[in-house]
Parts: sequence; C-alpha cells; structure tokens
Amino acid sequence: MGLLSKKDSKLILDPLADNNPITIQVLGICSALAITAQLKASIVMAISVLAVMGIGNVVISLMRNIIPSKIRIIVQLVVVASLVIVVDQVLKAFAYSLSKELSVFIGLIITNCIIMGRFEAFALANGPWRSFLDGIGNAAGYGLILVIVGFFRELLGSGTLLGYQVLGDPITKTGLYAIGYENNGFMLLSPMALIIVGLIIWVQRARNKDLIEE
Amino acid sequence: MEHVELFFKSIFIDNMVFATFLGMCSYLAVSKKVSTAVGLGAAVIFVLAVTVPINWLLDQYILKEGALIWLGEEYASYDLSFLSFILFIATIATMVQLVEIVVEKFSPSLYNSLGIFLPLIAVNCAILGGSLFMQSREIETLGLALNYGVSSGIGWFLAILAIAAIREKIRYSNVPAPLRGLGITFIITGLMAIGFMSFGGMLTGGDEDTSSLEGNPENLGIQTEQIQNENTEAVKTVEVSTITKQ
Repeated sequence: MGLLSKKDSKLILDPLADNNPITIQVLGICSALAITAQLKASIVMAISVLAVMGIGNVVISLMRNIIPSKIRIIVQLVVVASLVIVVDQVLKAFAYSLSKELSVFIGLIITNCIIMGRFEAFALANGPWRSFLDGIGNAAGYGLILVIVGFFRELLGSGTLLGYQVLGDPITKTGLYAIGYENNGFMLLSPMALIIVGLIIWVQRARNKDLIEE
Repeated sequence: MEHVELFFKSIFIDNMVFATFLGMCSYLAVSKKVSTAVGLGAAVIFVLAVTVPINWLLDQYILKEGALIWLGEEYASYDLSFLSFILFIATIATMVQLVEIVVEKFSPSLYNSLGIFLPLIAVNCAILGGSLFMQSREIETLGLALNYGVSSGIGWFLAILAIAAIREKIRYSNVPAPLRGLGITFIITGLMAIGFMSFGGMLTGGDEDTSSLEGNPENLGIQTEQIQNENTEAVKTVEVSTITKQ
C-alpha cells in the first residue's frame, strides 16, 4: 500500500472484518437480506452501495462546515436520494431486468442505515479524502457480507452461481445430482438469509473473542 | 372486503420485518426492552399512517405518468416518477420532525427512552419501504393507502414486540458466547419468519398465492413452501404462544 499511509489503509481494512458494518455495527441490514437470493443481485447491490457511499461521503465531507446541524438529516437525505436516483436510472438504462428484480430495494439504499450512520459518525468530522476511504471501506465490508450470503443461498438453493449450473444439471441428473444431491429450496426463502447472517456472526465472534457481547 | 383482505395481508403475509426485512436496523437496536419497543412500534404505526396516504396523493397527482393532466392537456405526457425517491423522503423527514415535536411535548419520558431512534425513524427503511411498496403495488384508492400504512405499521409493531419479549426472556438462557446478543437475535428472527410464512395460505384457503409476493425477489422460492409445512407448524405454535403470553 504505497499509495496510502498506514492510518488510511486501516480505514479501508477495518470495516472488512473487525468493525464490519453488518455484523458488528448492526447497520444496513434491510437490503442486505432481501436481495441475496442470487449472487448477481447481491453483487449489483454491493456496487451500487459502494458508488453511493463513496461519492456521498465526499459530498457531505465537503459541505460539513456549512450544514446547520439542526437540519443535517434532511440535507443528508437529499444528497443520498439524488445519488440513488442516478444509480437507479443507470441500472434502468443498462440492466433493466436486474433493476426490475431489485425493485424497491434500490430506492431503499436511501434509508440504508450504513450510509446515514457513516455520514453522522465520520464524514461530518473528517476531510474528503479520509471520508472517501471510510465510505469505500464500509461499503466493501457491507458488500462482502452480501456476497457471502448470496453465494451460499444461490449455491445451496438453486445449485447455480451467477446463473451457471456449477453442481451439474438437476433435470438430466449430471454432476452431484447423479449421486442423489438435491437443491435445498428453503435457502431461497427469506428466513434463511437471517439465519446465514446469524451463522456468519457466530463464526466471526468465535474466532475473535473480543467481539463477544455480554 | 377489499379492505379486510389488505389489512390482514399486510400484517401477516407481507409482514414488513419477516417477509421484506424492512426496518431491521431499529428492529434489532431497540428490541432489548418491551417498553421501548412498544413506544417505537407505536411511532412507526403513526408515521406510516400519515406518510403513506400523503405519498399516495403525491404519486397520483404529481409523479405518475400522466398524473399532471389536471394542469392542462399539454402536461399529460409528463412522467416524473424518477423523482419519487426524493419527494417521498422529503415528506417522511418532515412528518418525522413533526412527530418528534409532538412526542417531546406530550410524553417526555417516551422521548427520552427513544433517544436517537426517533429522528432515525426518518431513515427507517420500513417507512420509505411502505411508500415505495404502495407505489409499486399500485394501490387504488386513498382509503386503501391509509389502510396499507396502518396495517403494515401494525405488522412491524407486532414483530418488534415479539422479538423484544423473546429477548427479555432469553437473557436467562445459556446461549453460546459468540452467539449472544446480535447472533441469536438474527437466528430467532429467522425462525419467526418461518413461522409467519405459514400465514401464507390464510387468504386463499391454502391455495398457492404467488401474486402476493409480486415485486419481491424472494418469490423464486414460493414453490418450495409446501416442503417445510411440517417445520413451520411447530415454530408457529411456539411463536403464537409467545405472543399471547404477552
């Protein structure tokens, strides 16, 4: 990391594991769970949040000295809402079927608590470059969980990854299906997303005892 | 009949927390005590009941394609629906500010116990989600929009009440250390969601009703629902008994 000082790279790396927005800070769970039935949707969502957060954090950071603190929530909402409208229009133009699939959840990026949480906790008190790194880092930590959940749900639920049949064909019984493997359709249903996140938290806290709650 | 159907559907089948995961952040953060959970739940019902009808009016008379026709013929081709995010969130932020003032005036103790979460209702996904689902499900009349707002608020209220009650009890249980707190809450919510899935057949008398999941990316899994009927029954009984105990 020649480009970044040690302190700066900590801003990016911390949220990936020990200060992960979803599993530790408990932010931004709504969208994390609803769209993870397929890996592709999870990746698109992660990239959308990355874009909104990176740019949004810089914008808020640049304006931090001129926003009156009483109306800052409304200012923040307007900034995020404008960025999300851009993301929504881009998706509608270049990936229409995917944007139909994500339906209202792109709009719900606006109320994704990670974004507001980082605005409040970081961008309002730090310069644009550090805020940018913080935004990218937190969005990446969020995206990481999304991709993990999406990976397992799609793999175990429909036997595919990004739409490719990696475990063989369930109808002609090739690959794993030849020896009696079955897809677990339950993984595609919403409750399993919650349970997988619960398991991720379990694994993470079992490895890092400092994170255990009383 | 239409009203009754929408009412029960929004509370049980399309429950905000269990079917669409809306408002999970405050759901997890404020559910440690039943009393605060009740306060927040009531605030959410109120804000949803106010914002959904207002946003319905905005959608019908400003945002929809052709909605501006009341201004004159030449406006008939305008489609401002891309502005809906920003207009909806503006309405919501204003209403939340109003609720905050009212609660501070009439119930300072509730105001103090809700703390930071009252202003954060503005960024509660359940509120914006309510308006966005109202738009994407094309709810027809103002009355139905009001009904939708109130009933999905009640659904959210029930969910947070149930999880708060369970979390109060679970404090005395011997949960594995790494799962304590957040982890176990996630897993319990998952189990409760499985329980709520069994309400799926409530309106159709058990027939598959795929249309109720429209606009929900989870509907891929609907055909597998029968498989877990056995599991869900068991969870549901536990779940219901927990609620009734309260």
